[in-house]
This record gives sequence, C-alpha cells and structure tokens, in this order.
Amino acid sequence: MFTKFANWNVAIIGVTIAVLIIAAATVDNFGTAQNFGFLILDLLPIALVALPMTLVIVTGEIDLSVASTLGLSSAVMGYLWNQNQPIETIIPLCLLLGAVLGAVNGFFVTVLGLPSLAVTIGTLALYRGLAFVVLGDGAVADFPAQYTDWVTGNIGGTSIPNVLIVIVILAAVFGVILHATPVGRAVFAVGASEQAARFAGVRPGRLKFWLYVVSGVVAGLAGLLWTLRYSSARADNGAGLELAVVAAVLLGGVSIFGGKGALPGVIAGVLLLASLQNALRLSDVSNEALNVVTGVLLIVSVLAPNLATAVRSSLQRRRHRPEPL
Amino acid sequence: MTAVELPAGATARTSSLDLVLRARELGIVLALAVLVAVTTLSNHRFLSGQSIRDILLGTAILAVLAVGQAVVVITRNIDLSVGSVLGLSAFTVGTLLRDHPGLPVVGALLIGAAVGGVCGAVNGVLVRYGNVPALVVTLGTLYVVRGITYFWAGGQQINADELPSGFLDFGNATLLGIPYLVLIAVLVLAVTGVVLRSYRVGRELYAMGSSPQAARLAGIAVGRRTIGAFAVSGALAGLAGVLFAARFGTIDAAAGTGYELNVVAAVVVGGVAVFGGSGSVWGAALGALLLTTIGSSLAVLEINQFWQQAIVGGLILLAIGADRLVAARVAASLKKRGSHVH
Repeated sequence: MFTKFANWNVAIIGVTIAVLIIAAATVDNFGTAQNFGFLILDLLPIALVALPMTLVIVTGEIDLSVASTLGLSSAVMGYLWNQNQPIETIIPLCLLLGAVLGAVNGFFVTVLGLPSLAVTIGTLALYRGLAFVVLGDGAVADFPAQYTDWVTGNIGGTSIPNVLIVIVILAAVFGVILHATPVGRAVFAVGASEQAARFAGVRPGRLKFWLYVVSGVVAGLAGLLWTLRYSSARADNGAGLELAVVAAVLLGGVSIFGGKGALPGVIAGVLLLASLQNALRLSDVSNEALNVVTGVLLIVSVLAPNLATAVRSSLQRRRHRPEPL
Repeated sequence: MTAVELPAGATARTSSLDLVLRARELGIVLALAVLVAVTTLSNHRFLSGQSIRDILLGTAILAVLAVGQAVVVITRNIDLSVGSVLGLSAFTVGTLLRDHPGLPVVGALLIGAAVGGVCGAVNGVLVRYGNVPALVVTLGTLYVVRGITYFWAGGQQINADELPSGFLDFGNATLLGIPYLVLIAVLVLAVTGVVLRSYRVGRELYAMGSSPQAARLAGIAVGRRTIGAFAVSGALAGLAGVLFAARFGTIDAAAGTGYELNVVAAVVVGGVAVFGGSGSVWGAALGALLLTTIGSSLAVLEINQFWQQAIVGGLILLAIGADRLVAARVAASLKKRGSHVH
C-alpha cells in the first residue's frame, strides 16, 4: 500500500515538474523570477489552507467553511482597524477568532456527531454572512506599510517572496506531524477505521475537534495575509476558495474516503493547480474559463487511481487465470 | 400529503414515527407563519399582491432546483453542480431565443431541460462508473460547466430587449392570478412527489439511500437508478435555468452562481437527511419557500440584507441538529417498546 502512494506522489510531482518546464518553454514570461514571485503570492492562501485540510480529509471528514473563515477574519480585521485598534492586537484576535470558528465546526461534528459536509456547508454560509454583517460590502485599506510591505516583499535582494518562509515553515510542521508523530499515525488510523483506531487507544472525537480548530486558525492566518497582501479587508475575500483547496488536496492524491494521502503530493497538487492557472492566464485565457481546467483536473485526479486499480486487477486476473490451483 | 417517507417495514410503528417526523414539516410551517405574521404586523406592504408574487416567483425557481436535489440526496448522493447547470441552460436558451425569436416557450423549456439532463447524466455516469463520491464529481462539474459557460459567453450579456416578447410575457403572465412559473413548479413538485411516494422506482431510490448494499442485494439496479437520479436533478436544474431567464430577462455567464448553497440549504432545512433514505420533495419545497420568504421579510423589515446568508447558515445547522435529535428520540422510543428496529 505504501508503494502505491509513493507512486501517486512521484507521479503528481513528475506531472507538476513537467508542467513547469513546458510552461517555462512555451509561455512568454512564465519562467521569469518576477512571475515566480507572483505565483507564490497567488498560491499562498490555497497552500496554507490545504495543509490542515489534508489532515481533516485524511480522517475522513471535510471542512468547506475555510474560505468563509478567511473572509470573516479579514472583515473583523478591517472592522477593528476602523476602530483604531493597533495591528499588534488585531492579529492575535483574528487568529483566536479562527480557532473559535473551527471549534464551532468541531463541536457540531464531534460532540453532536453530525455529518461534516452538512455542518461546514452551514458554517460556510453562516461565517460568510457574519463577515458581511461585520463589514458590509465596503473595503478597509491603509494597513500599516511595514506589514503590507513584508507580505508583498521579497527576501533580501532576491525575487523570492517573504511569504514563502511562512509556507515552508507551516508545510514542514504539518509534514512532520502527519508523517512522523503519533498524532499523524492517529490521523491515518481514524481515517482507515474509526472503530479500530478507538480500540487502539485513539480518541477520534478529540482528534477531529482539534483538527477543526487548527483548520480555523490557519484559515484565520490566511485571512490576515490576504488582507495585508491586497491591503484591502473585504467580507468577500477568498469567496469560493474552499473548492480550489479541496481540488488541490484531492489532486495531491488524498483519498476523499479518508485514511490515505501524503503531504508532498498535496504541495505538488497546489503547485500544479497554481502554475497551470498562472500559465493559462499569461496565455490570455480568461480567469473564469480556467474553471474548466480546475474541474477536469479534479475529476481526472479522483478517477485515475480507480481506473489504474481496475486495469491492474484485470491484468492480474488475466495473468493468473492459466495457472492451476 | 405525508410529511416524510417511511422506510418499508416500519409500517407497524407508523403512528408514533409518523407523528415525530410530521413535526418537522409542521415546524417549518409554524416558522413561516410566525415570520409572515411578524413581518406583516410591522409593515402591511408585506402581504400585498406584488410582494406575495415576488416570493412565489423566487420560490418557484428554487423549489424546482430543490426537488431535483432532494431526489439525488435521497439516494445518499449530492449534486453541487446545479447552479452551474442552471447558468449553462439559461445562457443556451437565451442565445437560442435571441437568434430564433420564433421558438415557442415549450420548446425553450424542453431544450433547457435537455441541456440540464445531459449534464446530470454525465454526473451520474461519473459517479456510477468512477466509484467516486458524488461530492467530488459534482464539485468538479460545478467548475467545468461554469467554465464552459464563461468560455462560450465571454463577457457578453443577453438583455431583455433581445428576447422575444412572448417569452418575457411567459415569465410574467398568470393563470387565474397564479404565475405560470409557479404552476410549473407545482406540477414538477406533484409529479416527482407522487412518483417517489407511490411508484416502484421511487421506493427503490429510498431503498438505495437507506442501504445501497441491501438495495443491490434486493435486485435494484442501483447504478442505473443513480444515473437516473442525477439526470432528473440536472434536467430540473436546466428547467430552472429557463424559468430564471424568463423571470429576469437578463442573462450572463454568471447566472445562478452560488445557487447550489441555497438549494442544499432548502433541502436540508426541509428535512431531507444528508445520509439519504429519508425526506420528501414536499419538505424540500417548503424549505425553498421558507428561505425565499426570509429574504423578502428581511427587506421589508429593513434589516441588513447581509443577515440573510448568516440566517441560512444558522438554519442549516439548526435543521441538521434537529434531525439528529429526532433520530435519537425515535430510536429511544422504539427501543423502549422492544422493537428490533434501530
């Protein structure tokens, strides 16, 4: 089983590298250092939110409320900034808000035992609605330059964006947790069989609850960074992002049924999605028409493993048939 | 009309179970009554003919979508692509009517339903043969169908003055004071409700939702029924697209964006369990009526419109929470009576 996932990871990373090379060779301006910087900034929110989403989906649940959490965090940030609160107070408050919103999801899913799909569709609407209630449909700008400059700026004299540091650190943290700690093993165990995990001493409810809290905190952080990047706090920031995140995670080889997946594949999935969109946009394909690419990628990525399994098993059957028992 | 369809075999306990489940739709009706009463007390305009007409027209489109969604959710699936399918159908029909003003309204309705039906069948085939959860497949087709519409439409918009007047009249005309759109929605609701309730194919859909494996063992063609359920949901989304075009007259590639959320909300609020096997299209339609009425009464009460989405979210949480409560209570009461049902 392990080799099968190693295969998927290798495949998706290979496809990603191939896309990067082909795009660099054929699309004008794709291979420039400046475009690379834009690419990183564009994939920042998807990459961040995809990390906890991977863990949530591996346990067999889903969190569709992340983009609304991002939006509410952004709206609250703008509201507090309008109230002349110092940014140093606003930032921890928004992260705390994310934790609370995640805990609400966790409460409904684990304490009340409701299906996470329905719960997070509910909170998707609820949190986005609250974001509009807090900030209306206006925008708040004028965040302190030192913060916005850091988010949009580059490391030293290079063209590597500062925010890449955030992505790398968080990816490393989540990667280690998922693949090298008892918590990660518990995540896989719960996804494979909740009952078996419980017999093995894992408390699935508590684990899932905290995963939702972490998911909320990271979505809150993504809201802060989004706001600072565009220097614009809006209630509709990140609208629809949940679909792109789920698409990237599934593209990265994580099974929607839970129990299977790996973080390197998810990182490749995010990079693949973002670079394809970036390359097509540079080729003057309209933003909205890019949806076709995202959708087809999503469908193909979930169908491919099943098709591969079907082909493999039919080949095996054929090979084994002549052998006498 | 029965509040909620009961699983076969539960007939002996129908009385108590029926009562509990009926309470759910009674709850929606009660909530509606309170909402209308409070809103009317604060502003008499709310019960004016125009306002009621607007609510009914809004409900008609949402209810047609919700009926289709209910059929899919009853089989333990979900169709997130309905908003995109509505958009594609509305734009297709709008373009056709602009270029061929002689096209009769019935033709437009059929073409819209056919466009949607094809999209739905594709969803069904992918779910059936791909062994992939409907959530993922329809998330994918949500993107693809919307992308195709944008690709085709570009930035262009079809305006009311480009559409034949006969079609626009159809969007506004009434029969005995009831708008045609509402009559169509009621017809769709009645036909689907009766088929689900009294015909074999309807019972099979419930059986699939309750336990796909048991349904397969019982000889139900689960795969074919799955494709059929998605085709129905798609066709109704396509039909809703034509109603949308007739009502608003202005169509661009973004028509129906985000509708999937309201549709799922209407279905869930209307008591169709997301785990499949229970619920009714009547409930889904009532859910659509409640959501639409909330929208209008917020406007009349001059409450910030932004509350609407938050209320929708709160209602979904309330509804699924109530479901769990009812399920737990029914299980407890059945256990007390020494039943084998659990």
